[in-house]
Amino acid sequence: MGDQFKDKVVIVTGGSFGIGQACAEAFAREGANVVIAARGEQNGNKAVESIRKAGGEAMFVRCEVADEDQVKNLIDTTIQKYGRLDIAVNNAGHGGERKLIADVSIEDFDSIMAVNLRGTFFCMKYELIEMLKQRSGVILNMSSANGIIGTPLFTAYTASKHGVNGLTKSAALEYAKDGIRVNALLPGGVATPLFDKVYGVDGPKREAVREGHPTKREGTMEEAAGATLFLCSDRASYINGACVSMDGGLTIQ
Amino acid sequence: MSGLLQDKVALVTGGNMGIGQAVAEAMAREGAKVVVSARGEDLGRKVVEGIRKSGGEATFVRCDVTDASQVKALVDSTVETYGRLDCAVNNAAYEGAMMRVSELPTEVWDSVLNTNVRGLWLCMKYEIPHMLKQGGGSIVNMSSISAIFGSPTLAAYGASKFAVDGLTKSAALEYAGTGIRINSVCPGGTPTAMLARIKESFGLSEEEWKESTPIGRDARLEEMADPVVWLCTDKSSYVNGHAMVVDGAYSIQ
Repeated sequence: MGDQFKDKVVIVTGGSFGIGQACAEAFAREGANVVIAARGEQNGNKAVESIRKAGGEAMFVRCEVADEDQVKNLIDTTIQKYGRLDIAVNNAGHGGERKLIADVSIEDFDSIMAVNLRGTFFCMKYELIEMLKQRSGVILNMSSANGIIGTPLFTAYTASKHGVNGLTKSAALEYAKDGIRVNALLPGGVATPLFDKVYGVDGPKREAVREGHPTKREGTMEEAAGATLFLCSDRASYINGACVSMDGGLTIQ
Repeated sequence: MSGLLQDKVALVTGGNMGIGQAVAEAMAREGAKVVVSARGEDLGRKVVEGIRKSGGEATFVRCDVTDASQVKALVDSTVETYGRLDCAVNNAAYEGAMMRVSELPTEVWDSVLNTNVRGLWLCMKYEIPHMLKQGGGSIVNMSSISAIFGSPTLAAYGASKFAVDGLTKSAALEYAGTGIRINSVCPGGTPTAMLARIKESFGLSEEEWKESTPIGRDARLEEMADPVVWLCTDKSSYVNGHAMVVDGAYSIQ
């Protein structure tokens, strides 16, 4: 256990599995009080339990980020329990099915935008209200390599992540003089359980994904968490409004 | 000292002042053995002395990066002295005279490009073979926010920094998967001799300058050194080919 984030209060949305969970665990290992927010209660409680078992401090709050009232409740519950909010990792998002634009249903498009973009906006809105009171805070939005490159068959996701980058930059400028930093992390392929499910653990589909990365491997959840912690730390105190790629070179090909 | 670079061997060109000096000092604080390189011998030796006095390990090697044989000798002597080369921060650069394109003497153009681009390329050319032999290494090229937008009256500097980012990305892809990572850092306003010259040339008061920065202040030198150190550590192991902007949101206005 380190103490880089000792006594800091951190919210991680979508913190019950994958990159979000890795971030939550990493913050807890560094001494933070972590609020894991997610839709899935079971996974969320499990993630909290594993942090506590390792000697860390965490709690679970059920939250669907597409629902403004639930987001407001998430922030209120965090403040009630831990008294403040230092860091927020807005990570909840989903990809949707691989389809051509003409075949994407309006419901699917709306649902991806509702979570990835409108949900991030809700989170930022209520996080910023608290951070402004303190005149300090760091927000990290989990964007994606798809936030800077086009991706056939993932158009709604791609549009939502481009949107997250725009939101990040505007917010960074709006609150720059208030002691609040807002950045985005843009991971390439990361070997998460969801990624395994979509592309398989091995096999030709997974091989094709690996071949598409200059490093011939995907990133790990720990690498994503490492970059997240750095950007949320005081070591990144002059990094603001930045879209930081963590993709082994994927997006510069 | 927290030992992020314990026992690593680092090379910093232009390490005798400004950001380069701050990087050299930060790397030494983190446990690296640092070769401080520069044309200016007096200041360079002073930096080394300062590092040693604080309990760090450093050596000065005089080098003009525009001279291929001097660059080769620099890298060779680093490996001779400390046995290997883990991290290279190619930072030597200058801005040249501040003039519009039509008035810019060819000699100034050539000299700026020669140092900032050709010199940096020479550094990578001789650093990479050693890193390949070892099976890994991290290179950080010092770019600028002048690699993001236009820089009136600094056309040669601006062009050179765009080129640095281009060089960085191509090299990152060439060596992806070998264990070598190559990134750049794009600093915004940082209190260096170069920035002082630029402010003077624009006739900007300190107040006017501050007002133009979203955060309301320049970076501290350590705020540039910390991201460079992070990019040199294994904690950024999936960050490759990235131009990391460290400018307090200046370039996204």
